[in-house]
Amino acid sequence: MGAQLRVYRGRIKSVKATKKITKAMELIASSRIVKAQQRVAASLPYTKALVAAVSAAASNSTTAHPLTSHPETRNRAAVCLITADRGLAGGYSSNAIREAEGVNSYLREANVEPLAFLVGRKGISFYKFRDRKIADSWSGFTDQPTYEDARKIADSLLKSFNTPLEEGGVDEIHLVYTQFENMVTQNPVAKRLLPLEIEVKTEAEHGAAIPLYDFEPGAADVLDSLLPQYITNVVWNALLLSAASEHAARRRAMKSASDNAEELIKTLTRLANQARQAEITQEISEIVGGADALASAK
Amino acid sequence: MATSMQVSLVSPDREIWSGEATSIVAKTTEGEIGILANHEPVLAILSEGSVARIDTVGGEKVVAAVHGGFLSVDKNVVILLAQVAELAADIDVTRARAALERARNEQDDLAAAAALRAEARLHAAGAMH
Repeated sequence: MGAQLRVYRGRIKSVKATKKITKAMELIASSRIVKAQQRVAASLPYTKALVAAVSAAASNSTTAHPLTSHPETRNRAAVCLITADRGLAGGYSSNAIREAEGVNSYLREANVEPLAFLVGRKGISFYKFRDRKIADSWSGFTDQPTYEDARKIADSLLKSFNTPLEEGGVDEIHLVYTQFENMVTQNPVAKRLLPLEIEVKTEAEHGAAIPLYDFEPGAADVLDSLLPQYITNVVWNALLLSAASEHAARRRAMKSASDNAEELIKTLTRLANQARQAEITQEISEIVGGADALASAK
Repeated sequence: MATSMQVSLVSPDREIWSGEATSIVAKTTEGEIGILANHEPVLAILSEGSVARIDTVGGEKVVAAVHGGFLSVDKNVVILLAQVAELAADIDVTRARAALERARNEQDDLAAAAALRAEARLHAAGAMH
């Protein structure tokens, strides 16, 4: 076997091995998207009930809650960025990071110092590589987050919000995650988590009258206990949507990798066939040439 | 007048139970509360590590351990929201006992909360005396 042919055969073999891996990852991601979507759907009843209760408590409470009141000056803001733990998901993590960079520079323009709270190894390594300060970080669960993970993140964010500014606390919390629109579209979004903007609906907008709830222990206390739960739930939702987006992005990236491998194998096979044919032709012409030489020597 | 109400027990990751019920007993931070059909609208904080009992229309009793959440009643729709909720049937008594043992041997706040949760699980499963 000629040298040229051997090189082509080796390359075909390696591309085929890569294709097997990307194909397997594609299939795994496809099955996980469905599960991730089901988890998003399963979390909806809780979100709905919680939002209804928070707006009922907020419209009945007259006192300003620290989580809903706007500070007079903005000095520092936490930016919580949700990325993936593993790569091979196309632009999923880098898109989220770019969105967060946008938020950071917007904050800096307004003379607000951004503090980084990172979820997922990709975001953490982006910050570490650039020697930037990280306020807090979590990793190891981005593809299948649990409510406990969301609670840890929300607790840390709330703690930093409740810390006075002089001791390193923040005035605002922004959340950057990836919204799962559908299987082909996932968009990174940034939204302000705190201070909260609660829509107090009046009777006319609401359509029906807001029920006159009897609060136990009292409207303010109920709001007090509900708001942290609400924040945790927003983080939980963001984690679920990001996980679904991550799987969808990975599936698409792996699908195009498999398609490319297929294409490459086709081209390489053609080249290998050409090389083999060239080798045969050369051999024949050598034999014929040899025979001719022998015949004319007689 | 309606004689039953629509009840759902919801945790962040899924709806644990829903159906028609005639009465509910739960424990709020203020004390026990019993709810029958046509109750006035209430929004109450459930006490940490407590047990909720739902009597269904079919005469069954659904018992669940709930940790951190609230209860809302409006127009015969009752929603029990809990950060963690477990139905009595799903509770592993041996594991809950072990968790209680472990938590009682520790002295910090975290362990106290864990002990409360384990106790609630045992109460709900009817294994606590």
